[in-house]
Amino acid sequence: MSHNEETPRKSGSNPAERFADYVPSIESRDIVSIRSRNGLLIDGAWVDAADGRTFTTVEPATGEALAEIALGGTEDVDRAVAAARHAYDSVWRDMPGAERARYLFRLARLLQDRAREFAVLETIDGGKPIRESRDIDIPLAAAHLFHHAGWADKLDLAVPGMRAAPLGVIGQITPWNFPLLMVAWKIAPALACGNTVVLKPAETTSLTTLLLGELTREAEFPPGVLNIVTGAGDTGAALAAHGGIDKVAFTGSTEVGKSIRRAVAGTPVRLTLELGGKGAHIVCDDAAMDQAIEGVVDGIFFNQGHVCCAGSRLLVQEGIADAFVDRLRDRIGRLRVGDPLDKNTDVGAINSAEQLARIVEHVEGARQEGCEVYQPPCALPERGWFHAPTIVTGVGGSERIAREEVFGPVLTVQTFRTEREAVDRANATRYGLSAGIWTEKGSRILWFANHLRAGVVWANTFNKFDPASPFGGVRESGFGREGGRQGLQEYLTLAPVR
Amino acid sequence: MSDGIEIRKTYKLFINGAFPRSESGRTEPVHGPDGRLLAHVAKASRKDLRDAVRAARAAQSGWARRTAYNRGQIIYRLAEMLESRRGELTHELTRTGVDGSVADQDVAGAIDAAVYWAGFADKLDILAGSVNPVAGPFLNVSATVPPGVCGLVAPARLEALVSMTSAAIMAGNTTVVLAGGDVILAAGTLGELVATSDVPPGVVNILTGIPADLHGWLADHEDVDLLDVSGVPDETRRDLETRAAENLKRVSATAGARDLSTALAFTEIRTVWHPARIAP
Amino acid sequence: MSERPPALESLRAASVDALALEERAARLASRSIKRESKRAGLELTVACMDLTTLEGADTPGKVEAMCQRALHPDPEDPAIGAVAAVCVYPDLVGVAARALAGTPVKVASVAGAFPSGRSHREHRLAEIRQAVADGADEIDIVIDRGAFLAGRLTEVHDDVAAAKDACGDAHLKTILEVGELGSYDNIRLASMVAMAAGSDVIKTSTGKLSLSATPAIALCMAEAIRDHLDQTGAEVGLKLAGGVRTAKQALGYLSIIAETLGTAWLTPERFRFGASSLLNDVVLQLRFGASGRYARLDNLPVD
Repeated sequence: MSHNEETPRKSGSNPAERFADYVPSIESRDIVSIRSRNGLLIDGAWVDAADGRTFTTVEPATGEALAEIALGGTEDVDRAVAAARHAYDSVWRDMPGAERARYLFRLARLLQDRAREFAVLETIDGGKPIRESRDIDIPLAAAHLFHHAGWADKLDLAVPGMRAAPLGVIGQITPWNFPLLMVAWKIAPALACGNTVVLKPAETTSLTTLLLGELTREAEFPPGVLNIVTGAGDTGAALAAHGGIDKVAFTGSTEVGKSIRRAVAGTPVRLTLELGGKGAHIVCDDAAMDQAIEGVVDGIFFNQGHVCCAGSRLLVQEGIADAFVDRLRDRIGRLRVGDPLDKNTDVGAINSAEQLARIVEHVEGARQEGCEVYQPPCALPERGWFHAPTIVTGVGGSERIAREEVFGPVLTVQTFRTEREAVDRANATRYGLSAGIWTEKGSRILWFANHLRAGVVWANTFNKFDPASPFGGVRESGFGREGGRQGLQEYLTLAPVR
Repeated sequence: MSDGIEIRKTYKLFINGAFPRSESGRTEPVHGPDGRLLAHVAKASRKDLRDAVRAARAAQSGWARRTAYNRGQIIYRLAEMLESRRGELTHELTRTGVDGSVADQDVAGAIDAAVYWAGFADKLDILAGSVNPVAGPFLNVSATVPPGVCGLVAPARLEALVSMTSAAIMAGNTTVVLAGGDVILAAGTLGELVATSDVPPGVVNILTGIPADLHGWLADHEDVDLLDVSGVPDETRRDLETRAAENLKRVSATAGARDLSTALAFTEIRTVWHPARIAP
Repeated sequence: MSERPPALESLRAASVDALALEERAARLASRSIKRESKRAGLELTVACMDLTTLEGADTPGKVEAMCQRALHPDPEDPAIGAVAAVCVYPDLVGVAARALAGTPVKVASVAGAFPSGRSHREHRLAEIRQAVADGADEIDIVIDRGAFLAGRLTEVHDDVAAAKDACGDAHLKTILEVGELGSYDNIRLASMVAMAAGSDVIKTSTGKLSLSATPAIALCMAEAIRDHLDQTGAEVGLKLAGGVRTAKQALGYLSIIAETLGTAWLTPERFRFGASSLLNDVVLQLRFGASGRYARLDNLPVD
């Protein structure tokens, strides 16, 4: 802050209001420099797409173009897979684990060194609040690299009685909601285990992935160990169906996940799918009310609700339902929606115009199905893509809004009378990624944890992630785990030690 | 005395703890290598499969909630039953044409497998679960959960059939097993052994007949959570896996190998986060 | 003063999750407060301050110097208004009252066997009455933590209610001494009991323990105040004392209040910082904001 920016004192207005209005506190963009043209990372070098095609990435908060990015095609995927195969056969597979570890530790440190730059770039490119990219996405991404680096020379300890070996070349496809974090979730265990990678980041959020690619060059990774082929759905489909890979790891929609499942049917290609969700967030009548409110708010408005494990269905016990929803309405009125680069912004920009249209369509549909839609009075920025925090009440459970993943800042509210009813409602979905439970009674937490069909259950907390903790879904939320020893195993072949 | 004339056994399906004939009224004639008719084995239909899945679903949550120790004891009881009928099972294999020493080995392997998985039940979470050292004040525990209802297409070997089934139920799943070929008679008898081993009705359902007639229905069924294709010919797997994608069934091909990988194939991981204040 | 044991017992029902509370408080306390908002927040901090001296070595001279500082927080910037109150031991109330006569600065006195509260009720009440008679506008007492921790809520309640009676027209600030209560559940419960007994303000600490105000405790008490308001319509103030030493900390607390109770609570009538060294840091920050140059602590008056 420079004193020259000091605004004149408005001695007339109430100091409490002047304080609480929080004048914008904008994180400077100066720390990042975005290249106007960005290539593919193949065999350690930046190259254009074979056919020279590119696409434009846009800043969600302004709608303005940020950069041109190479649009990878089949030929580029071929080149990348070939480079990855060569790196696998010639150097990475047989490199002692302790040496692979050093590369990954180096990468983790380089990411930490430039954490603020990555955070600002993530926020500009993806629209998430800088507080989240700075305090959650980037530190967690570095933590994933650091954690898995330490596994590289301990793979035989991962599963008792089993000798571990890498799988080969891994095709990885990441989503746009946690761009760099999901890349770290994917590449860290893959590379630690001795696999090489062809990575396809989400088309709307490629920039931090490309910058990480540059860091692998700074870290002097052997060429071809990590290859990045940017592009859209067709690029990803070409990668997933490529005959030269040994595993596909995909995070994204259930619909695309199923198509990838079909693409690898009948082949020995292994698969990890981390797909959609419709997480139930259960609040019992004995819950710590204020903390449950915060948990519910964080559960659905974190990252604008662009979270596969979001707690998008609130199930609140009847005795406290009215009071709880009243307080929730009041609370979301205090959320600060706006410029993602403002350090005080709680809810940032919707990632793309298409996603905003989908959310609006869902909310309209809810209205037409007779649900009551509440949005607090809040001024949304005039340009860019924004959506007010939304609570939908009067929901029975059969409405589209209660069954389908909205992937936006939209919470449905249902009530329950008994624990059994809560579990039945929570489990009445084809998904099974996450669930939350708020109660002060320990035995009730464990009862719910045992009965909720979900891969992750948060008790008296929500949306917590850690590299040491396995994450992933059941049912149509996908299979396989990421994080922890169980996530590591997904990148290994195991043979019994006889 | 009329001991010269054998009393033939009627081979029926095993669904929900009972021994129905196929609702379709169809049977599969089974002949010995000499061409002599051994039995008209009940041939399961898609409606029998539907009933079996329904029974498996109904039994699943109760079975999963039993203690691992209890499941282990029940599977051990199954091993006892197998041992007590060792001769009969071997005889059933040889009658359908399996070489004597191979049959001996197969039955012995089946008994070994049941004992192996009986002892695995209360080790599963020790081996596959974890307490995770997350960077925050939370108790973070990963434990196994069963995917739910498993459709098992077993190879025509008793050991694989018993091992896959035991491994799946060891982890808290319930099963619908398709069996045919050389084990078709032994599979019929296996139902009788399961029924006398304190395995609750619906936990194991055995559909004899022609597996290839039914595995597509199993792959399509929305209420089946996992499909083990060990007994499916390679050329058919692609079709089944494609169909299984519709509800994202887990697909495995364990063949009942006695190791941790098989156990892991029949489990999923659920992670629970709970606040734990480390400092006051 | 009425006996309401069943109602008091029912206050136990509401509970607090420690980690989630701390997480929320930490997030609120790390709002990025810049420029105009910062200036307003620093001014509010001064306006809501109880400039305090509570030492065995206090003298009339020391109290008079502090009163001068209370009136002119930054002698070089008359635009910075006076603090809300000075807070002293009962025997120095007269000194403070004389020094501040005719000014808007209130005189607050600790009383009731501060800081332990361990004395006979009649002595404690007599001390309150004397302080009020000597000119105290506000009385700060501590609750009986022994009775509270033993579960004798009615006794705690009646003790506070008697103190409120003894205050007459003076405002009663009831100190929970949070550092001795052991849990957020207890802090919340003590807040509710103190409010039910008629406290005008609830206050974190005596300042004599190492654990005093923290963001989580402030949030916990602010939420209790909001719930009391919802249930009874009564507006109770909050005073944070002990451990608030820097302007940055103070701004964090203001955000906690603003986003929990609303800006209506950011007035000296409903919110106070009890502090001694905080004022200097706030003045340094205000000078920096005005001049763009970092200021020197030694240039500030010693009070």
